[in-house]
Amino acid sequence: MKRFYDTELATFRSQLILMGEKVIERIRLALRALAESDTEIARRVIASDDEIDRLELAIDNEAMRFMNLRAPIATELRLVIVGMKASRDLERAGDEATGIAKRALRLAAEPPILTNDDEDAVHLRQMAAVALEMLREALDCLHDSENNDKAIDIVRRDKVVDKLNKRLYRALTARAAANPAEVNRAIELMFISKSLERIADHATNIAEEMVYLAQAKDIRHAGKQG
Amino acid sequence: MNACLTKQILRTEPPAPRVTATNTTATPAPAEAVPHASPDASLETEIRAPHLIEISNLDFYYGEKKALDCVNLTIDANRVTAFIGPSGCGKSTLLRCLNRMNDLIDGAAVRGGTIKIGDADINAPGIDAIELRKCVGMVFQKSNPFPKSIHENVAYGLRIQGIRDRAEIARRVELSLRGAALWDEVKDRLNDNALGLSGGQQQRLCIARALAVEPQVLLMDEPCSALDPVATGKIEDLIHELKTRYTIIIVTHSMQQAARVSDKTAFFYLGRLVEYDDTRTIFMNPANPQTEAYVSGRFG
Repeated sequence: MKRFYDTELATFRSQLILMGEKVIERIRLALRALAESDTEIARRVIASDDEIDRLELAIDNEAMRFMNLRAPIATELRLVIVGMKASRDLERAGDEATGIAKRALRLAAEPPILTNDDEDAVHLRQMAAVALEMLREALDCLHDSENNDKAIDIVRRDKVVDKLNKRLYRALTARAAANPAEVNRAIELMFISKSLERIADHATNIAEEMVYLAQAKDIRHAGKQG
Repeated sequence: MNACLTKQILRTEPPAPRVTATNTTATPAPAEAVPHASPDASLETEIRAPHLIEISNLDFYYGEKKALDCVNLTIDANRVTAFIGPSGCGKSTLLRCLNRMNDLIDGAAVRGGTIKIGDADINAPGIDAIELRKCVGMVFQKSNPFPKSIHENVAYGLRIQGIRDRAEIARRVELSLRGAALWDEVKDRLNDNALGLSGGQQQRLCIARALAVEPQVLLMDEPCSALDPVATGKIEDLIHELKTRYTIIIVTHSMQQAARVSDKTAFFYLGRLVEYDDTRTIFMNPANPQTEAYVSGRFG
């Protein structure tokens, strides 16, 4: 039976999806600003952080209202709780986009230390691609919460990003040690790599939340507990 | 619908002949039904103003027992207002004051204060309680259909109003049953006895019966307390739909129900109004600790 507040839940879900789309857009733009040394795009990304914050507040506010007034149970309750958690992950992922944009702005002022076909540059692009793909697929699970095979696959891919981050960390540390003049730029790139690794972590969290939404099964820390 | 209260107020001036009053509700277009068009123009705006009902310093007694103590409350038009509070707090008494159902109880009386609906002081001498109840319909805790056919349950009030045209009655019956979200379930058995309906359907039939005479206000005294969750859900959804056309006041013991269906909530305790605010505030951050204790089920 449809209830009058079903539309409220549908709106809640689409607000989350909207927030996710905006975050993905910001990450893409931040990476473009980095790749093309485009300071104008970088500034635009930095300026648009407020919008994500406002969406986070609106989603949390609606979740609180819904829990208070609608007394949701089962899937409805999970959606609202997962929504609050996911909005926080999305907000943090959005913050990482701001961080990348700020570093892109600083890096644009100096000559690049990596050429396009440099192994480190390839790894960085690879990380960005995987992290974005993970986030995109985590959001797709929100559209279609029945289909959570994808979600479990996202969680697995987090390791790929972690590995690339470690490799880049070592490579950039070595580069900094060899060329003291490049230390600052190497550090900026290290942080960007770390940001991408964090974005993948947030995507992983959202994917785990999606499994919880669909199956009420908590798969967090499953690997560590053996 | 607005004609309803207009009619009421007209009766407080020079009491209009009863025939006129009945015709007023019977005529489909309210504008032409009202004999004095010009003074009503301001009335219309008055009725549509956010505050429809104004309860001021109301004291109510059952014999020597004071049941309501200086209640002040304004109720918004086209909103759902919930009255909550433990048994004996006065919420049902106040609800019944709004259509003077308490007139039927010996020794029960308003001994101070006023209740205005629109411009009309409903306890003023010129007001006919029967007429008032046409404007302020009521649905009770236990559904109480007449032991007649489904059609006749809804048609009854229309006949009382003097409507004779069978086609018009059929039209209004269908409209009311649709309004009460019951039509699809009963359209093929309108002549069956109403007592054969399920509890939830009977309750919706009572709502349809109340809607048939085109009230402006709908009072609901624990309308779902005897119903299962699905029937309750249907009534709640119906309330949500009806508020676009009616001002609804509901007494409920279910906090979840008050939270779900109402826009504003009034919490009563021992005949006093403790707190009245947006439902959201009452349930998320009430000003009075007593309210919070009650809505969280720790008190009362």
